[in-house]
Amino acid sequence: MDLFKKISELKANNDFEGLVELVPYARTIGIETSMVGDNIVSTLPFISSNIGNHAIPALHGGAVAGFMENAAIFHLLWTAKLQQMPKVIDFSIDYLRTGQATTSYSQCEIIRLGRRVALCNIKVWQADIDKPFALARAHFLLSSNEPFNKKP
Amino acid sequence: MKNSKPAVNPLLCKVNQTPHATILKLELVSAKDDTVTLKLPFSEHIIGDPFKRLIHGGAITTLMDTVCGAAVFQAQGNFQSMATLDLRVDHMRPADSGLDVFAIAECYRLTNTVAFIRATAYTDNIDEPVATAVASFMRSNIEFPVQ
Repeated sequence: MDLFKKISELKANNDFEGLVELVPYARTIGIETSMVGDNIVSTLPFISSNIGNHAIPALHGGAVAGFMENAAIFHLLWTAKLQQMPKVIDFSIDYLRTGQATTSYSQCEIIRLGRRVALCNIKVWQADIDKPFALARAHFLLSSNEPFNKKP
Repeated sequence: MKNSKPAVNPLLCKVNQTPHATILKLELVSAKDDTVTLKLPFSEHIIGDPFKRLIHGGAITTLMDTVCGAAVFQAQGNFQSMATLDLRVDHMRPADSGLDVFAIAECYRLTNTVAFIRATAYTDNIDEPVATAVASFMRSNIEFPVQ
């Protein structure tokens, strides 16, 4: 089954939870989705297997990064008509404070949606939306990675 | 470095024992000088592209974050913990489906407060990397909890 058909089906049924079923890694770290207006929003309830430091206890920075990257992928899948999964080109994250053992929320903003590349900013917070615990930006390749045709 | 330190930080075998490293099955491969190599075994539950069965970028980022932290432990010669300040991962190509991913990180500079690290992830040939990363970590004098 191709991606465009699958996503169209999910959208038609408003089955935003179906996206999580589609991506094994999203299930592994326990991502949940909901709709806010027309946007799909990703949430990361606390699960103990996302712990990176059990003394605090704190979320693993990698799990936080994976959550943010995936939030952007889901947002792009729901917003843009894509023929294939967005492929991350680069991902850059700043950690502002510790991710505590509680639910994390995300907000994704598409800064630029081109034919081939998208740029997203992602913000995650826990208790207070004005106190994000990490900020990230990522470029995604939306088109296939075919070589350019040589001009005569 | 003022104090002599063992060739391989004996606590490094613990870096893959945090709950999240365990669930991704991260393994310590080797450590030498200020570098550490970890392995991320391919598994079904880290797939990000179900159509091509490729590993999710988030799992690669976790591998990079963990190997960079491990390189700081190795360079410090102790288990004083650190917090990631920033991490940037460039994805050169997807890892072929079914292949394990290795990552080697070098802590190339330690100041009193900050550690600077670069890392490369690859499958079978380091000259054809899957991803590269640069990171900086804030150091601390708090012992990382080892079980």
